[in-house]
Amino acid sequence: MDNSNEKVVRHRIDYTGAKMGMWIFLFTEVLFFGGLFLLYSVFRSKYSTDFHNSAAELDVFLGTANTLILLTSSMSMALSIALVRKGRKGLSILCQIATITLGLIFLVNKYIEWGAHISHGIYPHSPQLDHMSRGKIIFFSLYYVMTGIHGLHVLIGICVITGTLIFTAREIIKREDFVKLENTGLYWHFVDIIWIYLFPLFYLIT
Amino acid sequence: MAEKELTFDVVRKRTYVFVWICLVILTATTVAVAKLHLTDYAVIVSIAIATAKAGLVVTFFMHLRHEPWILKIMLFVALCALTLIVMLTFSDTWFRYG
Repeated sequence: MDNSNEKVVRHRIDYTGAKMGMWIFLFTEVLFFGGLFLLYSVFRSKYSTDFHNSAAELDVFLGTANTLILLTSSMSMALSIALVRKGRKGLSILCQIATITLGLIFLVNKYIEWGAHISHGIYPHSPQLDHMSRGKIIFFSLYYVMTGIHGLHVLIGICVITGTLIFTAREIIKREDFVKLENTGLYWHFVDIIWIYLFPLFYLIT
Repeated sequence: MAEKELTFDVVRKRTYVFVWICLVILTATTVAVAKLHLTDYAVIVSIAIATAKAGLVVTFFMHLRHEPWILKIMLFVALCALTLIVMLTFSDTWFRYG
């Protein structure tokens, strides 16, 4: 009896520590993306008309669709944690599959978008882009770097959620021990927040 | 105890759906506002809406609401550091360019 109590207490302490560790990692990510957003805002204030003209070339419909896709995937991720905590393994797995699928759809949209730009001759160091004004070159460089690194984060998130999916199926992630899924969720929501800022800053410049 | 947790989770599931609806409405708002061409205020409005959305995600999806105070303070300090970096940079570039 004493032994089992001790186990519960130790688990609770680990739970807080694991979550805090994840948050500290996310703070480093905040500063990493923060640096890129800082570059963006300094150059936008210097080349505002170029940024405005370049943004008109982005597809607002695809951007909005991708925003809705990521927001929905965040909800299904949050639901999968709530379901695991209720002990509903099957539904939680279903929610995680939904999250992965939405993440993949996001990346397919990104592929279509990038493909369209590249076919128009706009890609880093392309002859066409090099002949554009300085502000436009900077806009598209930042566009490729920021959405590219964000896309990489989505891809990493998909891989990690695939891992939690297997863990949930094998009941390594279960009602009593769900911190792995919780931390994966924190990462996925963070990636969603980055897109929440990227979307108006790149697609909705007026 | 277990039952209490159970009802708590049921409430939260509904909350998640409600938060999602709010996020979709805010996304529609930010797209609509962009079409109004509020030249001077457009950036401020879209950043404000994005921050409201980020706040909803952090508070509900990332469970910050139910976290101990130490985590909230840690997040606050991290955001202060970011704000400080942004302000220091702009205090430089504004005087340089303009």
